[in-house]
Amino acid sequence: MNNLLNIDNLYVKVGEKEILKGLSLQINKGETHVIMGPNGAGKSTLANAILNNPEYKKTDGNVEFEGENINNLSTDKIARKGVFMSFQLPQEIPGISVLNFLKFAKGKIENKPVKIFEFRDTVNKYAEELNINPKMLERNLNVGFSGGEKKKNEILQMLVLNPKLAILDETDSGLDVDAVKTVSKGIGMYKNNDNAVLVITHNMRILESLNVDYVHILVDGKIAKTGGPELIKEIEKEGFKKYKTTEP
Amino acid sequence: MSKTKIDEINRNVYDIKNADNYDFKMEKGLNKQIVEEISKQKNEPEWMKKIRLNALETYNNLELPTWGPDLSDLNMDDLATYVRPKSKLNENWEDVPEEIRQTFDRLGIPEAEKKSLSGVGAQYDSEVVYHSIKEDLLKQGVIYTDMETAVRDYPEIVKEHFMKCVPVTDHKFVALHAAVWSGGSFVYVPKNVKVDIPLQSYFRLNSPESGQFEHTLIIVDEGASLHFIEGCSAPKYNKVNLHAGCVELYVKDNAYLRYSTIENWSKNMMNLNTKKAIVGKNAQMDWVTGSFGSRVSMLYPLSILNGEGAKTEYTGITFAGKDQNLDTGFKVIHNAEHTSSVINSKSISKDGGACTYRALVRVNKNAKKSKCSVSCESLMLDDISRSDTIPVNDIRTNDVEFSHEAKIGKISDKEIFYLMSRGLSEEDSRAMIVRGFAYPISKELPVEYAVEMNNLINLELERKHRINFND
Ligand SMILES: Nc1ncnc2c1ncn2[C@@H]1O[C@H](COP(=O)(O)OP(=O)(O)O)[C@@H](O)[C@H]1O
Ligand SMILES: [Mg+2]
Repeated sequence: MNNLLNIDNLYVKVGEKEILKGLSLQINKGETHVIMGPNGAGKSTLANAILNNPEYKKTDGNVEFEGENINNLSTDKIARKGVFMSFQLPQEIPGISVLNFLKFAKGKIENKPVKIFEFRDTVNKYAEELNINPKMLERNLNVGFSGGEKKKNEILQMLVLNPKLAILDETDSGLDVDAVKTVSKGIGMYKNNDNAVLVITHNMRILESLNVDYVHILVDGKIAKTGGPELIKEIEKEGFKKYKTTEP
Repeated sequence: MSKTKIDEINRNVYDIKNADNYDFKMEKGLNKQIVEEISKQKNEPEWMKKIRLNALETYNNLELPTWGPDLSDLNMDDLATYVRPKSKLNENWEDVPEEIRQTFDRLGIPEAEKKSLSGVGAQYDSEVVYHSIKEDLLKQGVIYTDMETAVRDYPEIVKEHFMKCVPVTDHKFVALHAAVWSGGSFVYVPKNVKVDIPLQSYFRLNSPESGQFEHTLIIVDEGASLHFIEGCSAPKYNKVNLHAGCVELYVKDNAYLRYSTIENWSKNMMNLNTKKAIVGKNAQMDWVTGSFGSRVSMLYPLSILNGEGAKTEYTGITFAGKDQNLDTGFKVIHNAEHTSSVINSKSISKDGGACTYRALVRVNKNAKKSKCSVSCESLMLDDISRSDTIPVNDIRTNDVEFSHEAKIGKISDKEIFYLMSRGLSEEDSRAMIVRGFAYPISKELPVEYAVEMNNLINLELERKHRINFND
C-alpha cells in the first residue's frame, strides 16, 4: 500500500474553540507536502491532532495511518507506528543526555534493545552532518539550548528515529540562513521513496532545496487550496488574503 | 546499594524483618529508672549518666512543638528506648551473627565497603555491631569508632563536644535523645589530613515498638577534609517507631566536611532528628540529603557559620507519598563576615503526601559582606498531594547579598506529550520527568545512592518494570 496518512473531514476543538473544521489530507509514500497558512489558522493544531495530543479533541472525522484508524491511539503508540513531529517549541528535559534519550526512545520505537556502539556511531555521523557539536549530545535534552540548537536537535531526532512520516512544525522559523540550510539538508538526508514529510512553514527559503510535491493552503481550519510548488510563489506575492473567508 | 542491583532492588530489601531477637530489650516507657538502667547496661562513666538524667529533666519540662506535623500518635509509654542486639561490636563481618549480617548484606553495605568506602559503621537497633577503618587512615591518626567506645577511650574530647553544638534545651526530642542515646559514630580527622574516600555509617532499626537514638559526633580539625555518608532504613510495622538521632559536626578553620544522607525509614517511623554544624574560618560544610521514608519527619539541619569566610551548601530532596508528612528544610546562621550559603531544595509529593520546606536564614549584624542564595522547588504529581514553603529570613545587616526563589509546580502536559511523541509510554515519560527534576540533587549523592534514589523514585511511581534510562 502506498498511502501513509489519510485525514478525512477532521474537526478538532481546543477547549471550547473549534479550530479544525472539516480538514482532509492524503499523504503517500515518497511525497513531500507543505502546509502554509496565516498565524492561528490551525497548522500546529493539525500536527497535534495527528499525534493525538489529549489537549486537542477530535469531534468528527478520521485520521488513518497505513489504513488504520489512529483517532484514539495514544501518542506513544502513534510514534511507534512511525509518525514523528518536530516541535515548534521543544521541551527541556533535565537529567537525561541527548544521546541517552535518543537511545531510550529508539529502543521504544524499534521495540528491541539498541546496540550502544553502533548507535553512537550513527548518532555522531548525523550530528556531524547537522553541524551539531558532539558535546551537545552529552548535554541534558534541550536544557539551555539556543533556539537553533533545539531545532537542529529535532532534526537529529528525526534522522535517528527514522519515522515513516515526519511532520515538521515551523522547524525553520527563527533560524539564521546557515541553520535553515542545515535543516533542509537534514530533511534531504531523511527523505526517500518509502517515507514522507509534511513541512509546516512560513519560510520560502527552506523549500528551495526540497523537492516539493504538494502545497496546501490552510485557512480557517480547512485546506483552502492544494496545488504544486507554484503555489509557494503565489503566496509569496499575494499572501493568504484571497483564501480568507472570515476575518479572525 | 551496588550497581549490579539495579534491576533487583526493591522495597523488599528494606522491608525484610528479622525476628525480634534481642539480647536485652528495655521495658517500654520513659522515666528515671529506665534512663539509669540504660546507663547501667552500657556500663558508662558517672558523668555521662549525669548528662542523661539532667536531659530527662529538661525533657519533662519541655513542650511538644506547637507547629508542624501532628505528633499525637507518639507515646513514649509505647516505646522501648533501648534494644541491645545479640551481637557485640565486631571488626570482621564474619563475626557478626548470621541474621544481622544478612540484613546488611542485603543492603549492600559490605560490598560498598570493599568498593568505595574507607570505613564503615553498622548499627542494628540500639548498638553498633560492626566498625572498621582502613589501616592508612588509622596511621594518620583518624579515629572512626562507635560512640560508646569514644566515651570510654576519648572522654575528654567527648566531654568537650557532646551536646555542645546541639544544646540539650534545643527542643523536646533533643532532650529525649540526650537522655536515652545509644550507638552512633564518632569521627576525628586530625589537622590537615584529607580523607579522600568516604566513611559510611548505616543505621538499621529492626525491633518493633522501639526507638533509635544514635549520636554522631564528627570533628574535622583545621585544614582537614572528610566525606561522611549516613544511611538508614527499617522494615515496616503497624505501630509507631521513633528515630531521634543527633548529629553534631565541628568543622574547624580551613576544613571541609561533606555530610550525605539517604533516609529511607519505613512508613511507620516518626523521624525527629537533629543535625547541626559549627563551621570555622574559611571552612566549608556541605549537606546532601535525600529523604524518602518515615511517616512524619521533622528535620532541619543547621549550619552556624562562625568563622570569617565560612561557607555552607545544602542540597536536599524530599519525596513524600501516601500517608507521609515530611517537614524538612535547612537553617543557616551567618555569624561572621564574608560567609556564604547556598540552599537548593526540592520536594516531590504524590498520592496525598505532604512536603513542607521550612527554613531559616539568619544573617547577624556582624556578618557583613555575606551572601545567601535560596532556591526551593516542589513538584506535585497529583491534585491530592500538598506542598508548602515556609521560609523565615531574618536579616540584620544591609550589607548582604540575598536571593530567594521558590517554585511550586506540576508535571506539564506539554512535557509528557513531547516525550510520548518520541515513543515513550506515559509512565516512562513521568518517571523521566521526575528523575530529571531530582537530578540536580541526585547527581550530588554518592553514586550508589544516586542509583538507589532513582530506584526509589521508580518504586514510588509504582512501576512494574524498572528501567535505567542512562544505561
Ligand atoms: N493549547 C491551546 N490552548 C488554547 N488555544 C489554542 C491552543 N493551541 C492552539 N490554540 C488556538 O488555536 C488556534 C490555532 O492555533 P495553531 O494551530 O497553533 O495555529 P498555527 O500553528 O496555524 O499558527 C489559535 O487561535 C490558537 O490560539
Ligand atoms: Mg503553529
